[in-house]
Amino acid sequence: MLINVPETVVADALRGFAAAHPELTVDVENRVVVRRDAPVAGKVALVSGGGSGHEPLHAGFVGPGMLSAACPGEVFTSPVPDQMVRAAAAVDSGAGVLFVVKNYTGDVLNFDMAAELAEDEGIQVAKVLVDDDVAVSDSLYTAGRRGTGATLFVEKIAGAAAEEGAPLERVEAIARRVNAASRSFGVALSACSTPARGGPTFDLPPGELELGVGIHGEPGRERRPMMTAREIADVAVDAVLDDLDPSGPVLLLVNGMGGTPLLELYGFGAEVHRVLGERGVPVARTLVGNYVTSLDMAGASVTVCRADEELLRLWDAPVRTPALRWGR
Amino acid sequence: MSAVLDAGFFRRWMTAAAAAVDREADRLTDLDSAIGDADHGANMRRGFAAVAAALEAEPQPTPGAVLVFAGRRLISTVGGASGPLYGTLLRRTGKALGDAAEVTPEALAEALGAGVAAVAQLGGATAGDKTMLDALGPGVDALGRGGGFAGAARAAAEGAAATVPMLARKGRASYLGERSIGHQDPGATSAALLFEALVEAAA
Repeated sequence: MLINVPETVVADALRGFAAAHPELTVDVENRVVVRRDAPVAGKVALVSGGGSGHEPLHAGFVGPGMLSAACPGEVFTSPVPDQMVRAAAAVDSGAGVLFVVKNYTGDVLNFDMAAELAEDEGIQVAKVLVDDDVAVSDSLYTAGRRGTGATLFVEKIAGAAAEEGAPLERVEAIARRVNAASRSFGVALSACSTPARGGPTFDLPPGELELGVGIHGEPGRERRPMMTAREIADVAVDAVLDDLDPSGPVLLLVNGMGGTPLLELYGFGAEVHRVLGERGVPVARTLVGNYVTSLDMAGASVTVCRADEELLRLWDAPVRTPALRWGR
Repeated sequence: MSAVLDAGFFRRWMTAAAAAVDREADRLTDLDSAIGDADHGANMRRGFAAVAAALEAEPQPTPGAVLVFAGRRLISTVGGASGPLYGTLLRRTGKALGDAAEVTPEALAEALGAGVAAVAQLGGATAGDKTMLDALGPGVDALGRGGGFAGAARAAAEGAAATVPMLARKGRASYLGERSIGHQDPGATSAALLFEALVEAAA
């Protein structure tokens, strides 16, 4: 691994992030990344955060048109309430703050505590829970579906609404609508290695793959002998469409897990387009790349979001962050 | 076992817990990599080391104050699910102890009962869900029945071992469904260490 020692991996990365992005304010000690022009008068702020190891999520999405601030935790570990409260205080203009929370027990508990503390400080807080991963059955007997690729859609689209001046209730409603209209399915071709462990966090022999994998190297639900990109696309898209009524155009994210080359990812993306076409689902916009990663894990995920005209317009709105930028 | 427990005992308990978590960190991470995300040992080590250091710098005056202070430190340093859950356990137990300068083991058992109830409420879990509650519950029950710290430690360790055949219904292990069966729960394992640390603090 290209590191110094496991204990300083997150701080070292934040120092490098600060050096590369002078347009953002990076508080390395307190682990908060903030838009330099925050608080923006009259604008609702978006704060997200989660374990590190999913870069560019979330700090890479801080900037005009997307997040106001991000709180990176330890590798695969939710940040602590202190970080979120600090971030909220730094970005709140008085118009309120939306917490974008991926549905993992740790993230939910810490953001809940932070919301209470921030409200004690007079900050109006709303929360949206992202839970798009169809590989986990949403029942009383699990922690519920995981938040994965749809996080990018929620942060981009709700961020655009906030940038346009929408009030907190409206930004929150749009964020919920995007999450409700999104579904994801992931596949791992290799396990990921955390710095603390120094090796693979689960055992996935060459020649096998894990279907329905999460973004923390948590083993998926089913292991199969290696399949072609064509076969994987069939399984992933059908798993997503089984759970999502595909009437009308969709946003598509073909997301790399960190260890799969873009050459392979685009090839996989072609197969995903083919299946969606065969199933009669028109794709309005496509994003291909490593956006919601799992350290060095090889593999990919497919996220589909049912998009109406308003969501498409907000998706196309200008954005200027380290990892996503277009328009203007 | 001594009849009354003072703030010094509770500081020793937290220091012993930090040492136990440090000693067992690799095992906790191994257990977590089987059904979770391989960070439980590192997180618990970071949190309890911060607790021990903070108590060294700011020794708290009463048993309740020691635990409330320790709980707050865990919430501020651990993250993940275990930060809020262990933080709430210690904070609520400390609050239930009030501001008495000394407490009896019976009072500690009762206060721990309140702490465990708060954890169950926060995490939405019940006994048998393959979580830390499966070690905390038996440990506190044994202490309440007068089994002493050694009896409580034994009951908590047995409770942790009994999670092996369970199907996980909460936390990350629940994503695995049937595949969570056959592995000991890392949270129950670290919870049992807290009772082991009680024995060491009393020695």
